[in-house]
Amino acid sequence: MTTIYRKSKGLQDVPMHYCPGCSHGIVHKLIAEVMEEMDLIQQAIAICPVGCSVFAGSYFACDAIEAAHGRAPAVATAVKRTHPNQPVFTYQGDGDLASIGAAEIVHAAMRGEHFTTIFINNAIYGMTGGQMAPTTLLGQRATTAPGGRTKEQAGCPMRVAELLSTLEGLVYAERVCVVDIPHLNQAKRAIRKAFEKQMAGEGFTFVEVLAACPTNWGMDPIGANRWLMEHMAEYYPLGVVKEV
Amino acid sequence: MAIHLTFQRDLCKGCQLCISVCPKHILELDSAANRKGYRPAVCRDESACIGCASCGKICPDSIITITKD
Repeated sequence: MTTIYRKSKGLQDVPMHYCPGCSHGIVHKLIAEVMEEMDLIQQAIAICPVGCSVFAGSYFACDAIEAAHGRAPAVATAVKRTHPNQPVFTYQGDGDLASIGAAEIVHAAMRGEHFTTIFINNAIYGMTGGQMAPTTLLGQRATTAPGGRTKEQAGCPMRVAELLSTLEGLVYAERVCVVDIPHLNQAKRAIRKAFEKQMAGEGFTFVEVLAACPTNWGMDPIGANRWLMEHMAEYYPLGVVKEV
Repeated sequence: MAIHLTFQRDLCKGCQLCISVCPKHILELDSAANRKGYRPAVCRDESACIGCASCGKICPDSIITITKD
């Protein structure tokens, strides 16, 4: 009997707490598979965020550190500078990275720190109950924007990959999603390329994943993926944003 | 060559993403709930499975194992 597919060894054998259809579990799996294929599980160090993925360190089979809210890039800077030969990555949501941690990620990219950031953009605050995030689309409803986000009150959503790509220290930024198998495969290739560039010492690498939050969007998982492609992918175009 | 799908029934959350990507349309939700209270995904015709592993790749909870004899 041969195995065609099984759970990656880059993940621990514990159930995940995520809601049904949440993209976090899929992205965890892709990172784990890349670590397994590149034989990095024993060396990699994950820096975990605050938010829905606060327990990510309990799911990855590699070492992990939990950072204060938004400060994962600062912790990753220290870890990478003291362990320059080990792969280091931060895993951050949009509330963590684009809001309270905006300064940390911008300055880490400016300095060209040699770690990778996996940025989960689901256009909402998940764990705290669906509040408006910097990435919430115009017109999208949130508990703090019950009539939908307006440009007059909250400005336009932040395109983080494009924003960071203006900085010289960033060598690779790509935006992907995981709604179906072709997009999922592309997301995995992007994560692998980011790790490869990090290990080659090229600079800061960034992968933004458009993710579904069916619970806080008030949709079923398949409907959420459809909404993501129809609305999020229109404002946040998929593809390589910068590659040096 | 027979392909076998194994679902960890009690870890399934019934999100149906596996059902949405199966090219052979052989996955469905069970009529009975699992221990979590979700109706888990099951394969109704394993003999039609082509072993593409799409269901396993997209499962957010990584509960699907695919083998062949």
